[in-house]
Amino acid sequence: MTPRLLRWLIPLSAVPVLALLAYGFRVNPRDIPSPLVGRPASAFALQTLEGAPLALEAQRGKVVVLNFWASWCYPACYEEAPVLERNWRAYRDRGVVVIGVDIQDKLEAAQKFTRDFGLSFPNARDTTGKVSVDYGVYGVPETFFIDRRGRIRAKHVGAVTDEAFRLNVEKLLSETTG
Amino acid sequence: MIPELGSAAAIVALALALWGAVAAATGARTGRPALVLSAQHAALGVFVLVTACFALLTYAFLIFDFSVRYVAINTNLGTPFYYRITGVWGALEGSIILWTWMLALYTLIVILRHRESAHELYPWVLTVMLSVMAFFLLVITVAAPPFARLTPVPADGRGLNPLLEDTGMITHPVALYLGFTGVTVPFAFALAALITGRVGDAWITLTRRWTIIAWYFLSLGLLIGGWWSYHVLGWGGYWAWDPVENAAFMPWLTATAFLHSVMVQERRRMLKLWNLWLVILTFGLTLFGTFLTRSGVIASVHAFTQGSIGVFFLSFLALVLLTALALLAWRWDALSAQGELDSVVSRESAFLLNNVLLIAAAFTVFFGTVFPLLSEAVRGVKVSVGAPFFNQVNVPLFLALIFLMGVGPLIAWRRASPDNLRRSFLWPVAVGVAAAALFSALGIRSTLAVLALALTVFVAATIAVDFSRATRARLRMGERLLPAMGGLLRRHNRRYGGFVVHLGILIVTLGVTGSQAWSVQTETTLRRGEAAELAGYRVRFDGLTATEESNHFKVAGAFTVSNGRVLSVLRPAKKFYPQEQSPIAGVDYRLGFGEDVYLVLGDFARDGSEATVKLQVNRLVSWIWIGGAVLTLGALLAILPDRKKPA
Repeated sequence: MTPRLLRWLIPLSAVPVLALLAYGFRVNPRDIPSPLVGRPASAFALQTLEGAPLALEAQRGKVVVLNFWASWCYPACYEEAPVLERNWRAYRDRGVVVIGVDIQDKLEAAQKFTRDFGLSFPNARDTTGKVSVDYGVYGVPETFFIDRRGRIRAKHVGAVTDEAFRLNVEKLLSETTG
Repeated sequence: MIPELGSAAAIVALALALWGAVAAATGARTGRPALVLSAQHAALGVFVLVTACFALLTYAFLIFDFSVRYVAINTNLGTPFYYRITGVWGALEGSIILWTWMLALYTLIVILRHRESAHELYPWVLTVMLSVMAFFLLVITVAAPPFARLTPVPADGRGLNPLLEDTGMITHPVALYLGFTGVTVPFAFALAALITGRVGDAWITLTRRWTIIAWYFLSLGLLIGGWWSYHVLGWGGYWAWDPVENAAFMPWLTATAFLHSVMVQERRRMLKLWNLWLVILTFGLTLFGTFLTRSGVIASVHAFTQGSIGVFFLSFLALVLLTALALLAWRWDALSAQGELDSVVSRESAFLLNNVLLIAAAFTVFFGTVFPLLSEAVRGVKVSVGAPFFNQVNVPLFLALIFLMGVGPLIAWRRASPDNLRRSFLWPVAVGVAAAALFSALGIRSTLAVLALALTVFVAATIAVDFSRATRARLRMGERLLPAMGGLLRRHNRRYGGFVVHLGILIVTLGVTGSQAWSVQTETTLRRGEAAELAGYRVRFDGLTATEESNHFKVAGAFTVSNGRVLSVLRPAKKFYPQEQSPIAGVDYRLGFGEDVYLVLGDFARDGSEATVKLQVNRLVSWIWIGGAVLTLGALLAILPDRKKPA
């Protein structure tokens, strides 16, 4: 190579660095593996925002989508609320139940949230924080997919998308109860 | 209505910036001053519009307009007035506005200062600055719109990241951003030099002071960041080699290298290519820093925001680097050195070595910062390198730099004669060696600490030798002592400003060495009335108090600190914010010149009968802040207009 061409190595030297940084978009630093996947989901008995009792045990035999949220959590909880409602309506007749657990929140703000989004699936308040600790919740929203036998099979961090909901739920629905 | 006004202002500003960039370039190419004038007006318009954006967003914060998504995320009804204002730049969208505003301000000052000079570089400088501004305005209008609406409108907002509720947060980002955006000015001049082919010394002379200004603010930002880390984060340290800290440190290192290597170009007509490259690199690193902080590509303890804007920043970084470096390659022939390195024992070679070390340090920090990415790309495993890596590689580099700090300013240009070496360094070396012997004799066991302290003494001695020599020369001219010293500082403000900065760095080194080598800590659980002892201090636990603050719940412990007599009552706390999973530590401390007593509250019994406390005695940390103040004063002195010729 002649010195004239050699000089163009200066701009070219930036390319591998830029490529490495671009690679960064492909990986998700929020992928925090949960040690709970594969373990039995710990039981809880809470009250819904309307004051009715709500226990996980009562849902055994159904596929449970357990979603932790809060009314102060934008934008993620606001993005996923319609997604959860839509998919709950689509799947409720096929043995799927969506349970929302509102954490670290004020009752009025939480009620306004469910009213604003017209949420029809049961939502409970984790007033003591015990349930979110049991599930190792880092931040809201986090969603756990629980199979018919009551084991946690997947954890989703951040707003649930239609795709993530369907993928996980369909997989659990296709399994025969063993 | 107000959010729509803000969005509209941003769009118009974007259009104006684009027009200005094109107009200035066309005006320069075709020699039509009217177009350059139009670009100036456009820049003024951008400044006014961005100011309006900033004001409107601040207003939305003040009136709790939760229909604006950004406001809802970063305040809630409990946020105190003060933090509603600083909250404006507490997250991504607002920081970008602040950033753009500063850039517009710099552009305005560049116009005021340089428009009369009608220098050939000037229109191109405008083009570059307005282009950079256009990029940030594009981010504001497309990628991170601060005025985006939120439906349904929530009853209350989420609230600012509690760690940002601190007075340091008003000054730290402001200083850092002034530094980051300030780098744009020398970068614009460097690009203008490359575009016009006038790669001589003009751009360097014109931007020297701009670079020191940017460097001043970067230093200030880093220091305040360290202080914030020390007194808010509650881990007892001031520097963690966190990616976000590194992001600010890297451009500081390369800017420091540049400030030294320009002297070689001014004196010896060497390093032209190197200097241009350094400026491009520094500007690239400021963009990289923003990319790192805002893209979420690398997880950091204080990556405050994430979003899709990473793609924007990376694309812009690629555009900037490839364009600028291609220009550099294109102008290669004009960039050959006119001077030559005459001897290895000379000031230019000391500066060269200083540059190599600083760039090596910057590279190390870069490598360590992107290592998780690299390891994941190559081996598929995410591995971070921590403080041990950074310390092990950088400590020797920094010690060598401190040594050079003593050599560089006193050694002769071209070729140092034995006489020059003897006159300048005999005493300092003797004093340094004596200091090393003394420190060892005093029982300092850490070799590293002895070395660092001895080097500090050596460099301080070189500064003393130089200053006293210059003062004596003035005394012989019949001046009196104090006027002679003052006159030296004032007349040779650049040289002595540099010395004061060096002195500041020595004091910081003292603080860092002391805190690393001699700090002690313990963690213990105390029942009420019980006391723990550490390094001659007795810390007694007196009980807990709980209070409801406007936006959080606070549990504070009362600890009486004494060393024979009662010194003070410290109240470290835990703050429970509804929007946070885990409580935030509120540390309490008693600062001193020799040592700080530093308390962090751990777990506690609800009835207040016992509490766990982390007790640290941190040695010499205050000298870091004192050295920092000296350093910034030195930079200010160097920024002052030269006396010799009218500014």
